[in-house]
Amino acid sequence: MMEFNTSELTLLIPEMLLLTMACVVLVADLFIPEQRRGITYLLSIATLVFTAIAILRLHDGSAIATTVIMNGAFVRDQLGDVLKLCILGVTGIVFVYSKAYLRERNLFKGEFYVLCLFAVLGMMVIVSSANMLSVYLGIELLALSSYTLVALNRDSGVASESAMKYFVLGAMASGMLLYGISMIYGATGTIDFQTMSEVIAAGGANGMILSFGLVFVVIGLAFKFGAVPFHMWLPDVYEGAPTAVTLFISSAPKLAAVAMALRLLDFGLGGLFEHWQQMLIIMAVLSLMLGNVVAIAQTNIKRMLAYSTIAHVGFMLLGILSGSETGYAAAMFYAITYAIMSAGAFGVVILLSRAGFEAETLDDFAGLNRRNPWYAFVMLSMMASLAGIPPFVGFFAKLQIINAVVDVNLTWLAIVAVIFSVIGVFYYLRIIKLMYMDEPTDEHPISPRVDMAAVLSINGALQLLLSIFAGPLIAVCVIAVSGIPG
Amino acid sequence: MEQLIPQIVFYTFSLAMVLSAIAVITVRNPVYAALFLILAFVTCACIWMLLEAEFLAITLVLVYVGAVMVLFLFVVMMLDINMDLVQQRFARYLPVSLLVAVIMLIEMLMVVAAKNFTVELFPMPAPHPLGYSNTEALGELLYTKYLFAFEVAAVILVVAIIAAITLTLRKRPNTRHQDPSKQVQVKKEDRLRVVKVETDTEYGKHT
Repeated sequence: MMEFNTSELTLLIPEMLLLTMACVVLVADLFIPEQRRGITYLLSIATLVFTAIAILRLHDGSAIATTVIMNGAFVRDQLGDVLKLCILGVTGIVFVYSKAYLRERNLFKGEFYVLCLFAVLGMMVIVSSANMLSVYLGIELLALSSYTLVALNRDSGVASESAMKYFVLGAMASGMLLYGISMIYGATGTIDFQTMSEVIAAGGANGMILSFGLVFVVIGLAFKFGAVPFHMWLPDVYEGAPTAVTLFISSAPKLAAVAMALRLLDFGLGGLFEHWQQMLIIMAVLSLMLGNVVAIAQTNIKRMLAYSTIAHVGFMLLGILSGSETGYAAAMFYAITYAIMSAGAFGVVILLSRAGFEAETLDDFAGLNRRNPWYAFVMLSMMASLAGIPPFVGFFAKLQIINAVVDVNLTWLAIVAVIFSVIGVFYYLRIIKLMYMDEPTDEHPISPRVDMAAVLSINGALQLLLSIFAGPLIAVCVIAVSGIPG
Repeated sequence: MEQLIPQIVFYTFSLAMVLSAIAVITVRNPVYAALFLILAFVTCACIWMLLEAEFLAITLVLVYVGAVMVLFLFVVMMLDINMDLVQQRFARYLPVSLLVAVIMLIEMLMVVAAKNFTVELFPMPAPHPLGYSNTEALGELLYTKYLFAFEVAAVILVVAIIAAITLTLRKRPNTRHQDPSKQVQVKKEDRLRVVKVETDTEYGKHT
């Protein structure tokens, strides 16, 4: 008989709590009448808060030791905990922003919250995975929830079409990933990251099969990241999905993607660093180029932000491909700040939308300063942060990445990154110019509810505050990645 | 001689499987393609039987042939697929896809070549004793070693159900339902109205 230690389950409490609460929300929602749907919303927020508390409670004030449990399926470590807390936080922001938007569009249903909670569970599984099987299952849980969320507005043809594209390409990416995993399993005889890296280090695996499998794994990863040339789904899905859903899929899953890349590529396949570094360099350069240049041509804000995501993914890949601890910490810091920036930017897009009106074109931002100076400033800080202009936190994130890349003697990559970031500044500045220098075309007053106004203001302020406190957050990231066996 | 029979069985089913797999993508009629896919699954199940994976073999037939493919056939028969349009696009993308496919094929042949997966590297597992139960071994693994994966897979299935219901269930107020409890409780007075009709004497006179 196999050993099974029930005391291991205490380390799984946050995940179990989230799962149980997601099921409770699902059932409770059936008995909540239409006009009291706010209860579902509050329950979902409470779920996120309690899960975060459960994660913090396991710490006991000291740094948590890396523990692999469930027969090598699940690892609890610093990296996982930091990213899980960020995922929960960002999802909380998403819930607050999306409430009014969903209500106005008749999408304020329990399913939105339940599916988001299951997606969060999937992300937590990815973040804590210690073998290939957990990674794959986590990805599927996240992906299946995301497809449904995109299609949630089923009367919209655009949304259904983009959900279909997302589904077909996502399924193909999963297939690629699985094929790669099967090859690596064939070469090393294990799906466990720890054992896998030992087998590879000992030279006990056929190099050709390994690198063949690696290609497919990297392609699967690139699909999930949305890195060029596997980015086709991204702009269409961002544009087609309801803005509240775009807000969700553009923020939190990026954190899970970084964790997935670190776990798979470094934890498991660290021995093949030279091989995957080459592939990531090509994808990073292409993403930076295409993302920043094509975004200039966009007139739809959601599409523009989608191409901006591609450019930012390029930056995250730069951090990962440097292969050093500073690089990993920089990629993680970048993902965290990007998730917050992206949530804020889409938050303002939601803010400008109202019943029967979608703020989708760039012109909808014209003269925002006249209409409401504070939210214009919030958007300004988001755009400046995304562009990487100094006092804002986005600058520090980019600086960390470039530092890490220069440290490993890839200066040319750093130069490419800087050149394309400068090109990218154009389209962020264009929004700022529209908000501050143009006449408003739409005089409709902007009056968000209290919760949204408060969170959006904090989100805007975070862009400045995080840059003051960038040091401690970077330190947290460095400690988090130091647990990874290099 | 005792090696010969399994080999004959293996090559027969392998040949049938490869041929039916090719047929799946070459026949013009989608219904035939689906039927060939069923044949491929069944032959594959037979090969798994040779590997002593009885449980998986039976599951393949039950789940894929019994459930998934029947659904597939339903969809294929219900949808009116315009084959001309599909073939037009096929011709347009053929050169590029052929190039990619050939490169992939060469790569795969190099990797999955016999020299990388030799019998020395992957020896034949010892045959199981007579009373060995595949199902029991699988069950034990699922509930101990792979418990976590098993539970997450269960959650994925829950999400799949939620997704399917969310995307298809429509509450239309004017659809007509049967309500058995109301049907049973109905009384004569609810359905039948006795109306006292005055006889028209004027009218009677004329006739």
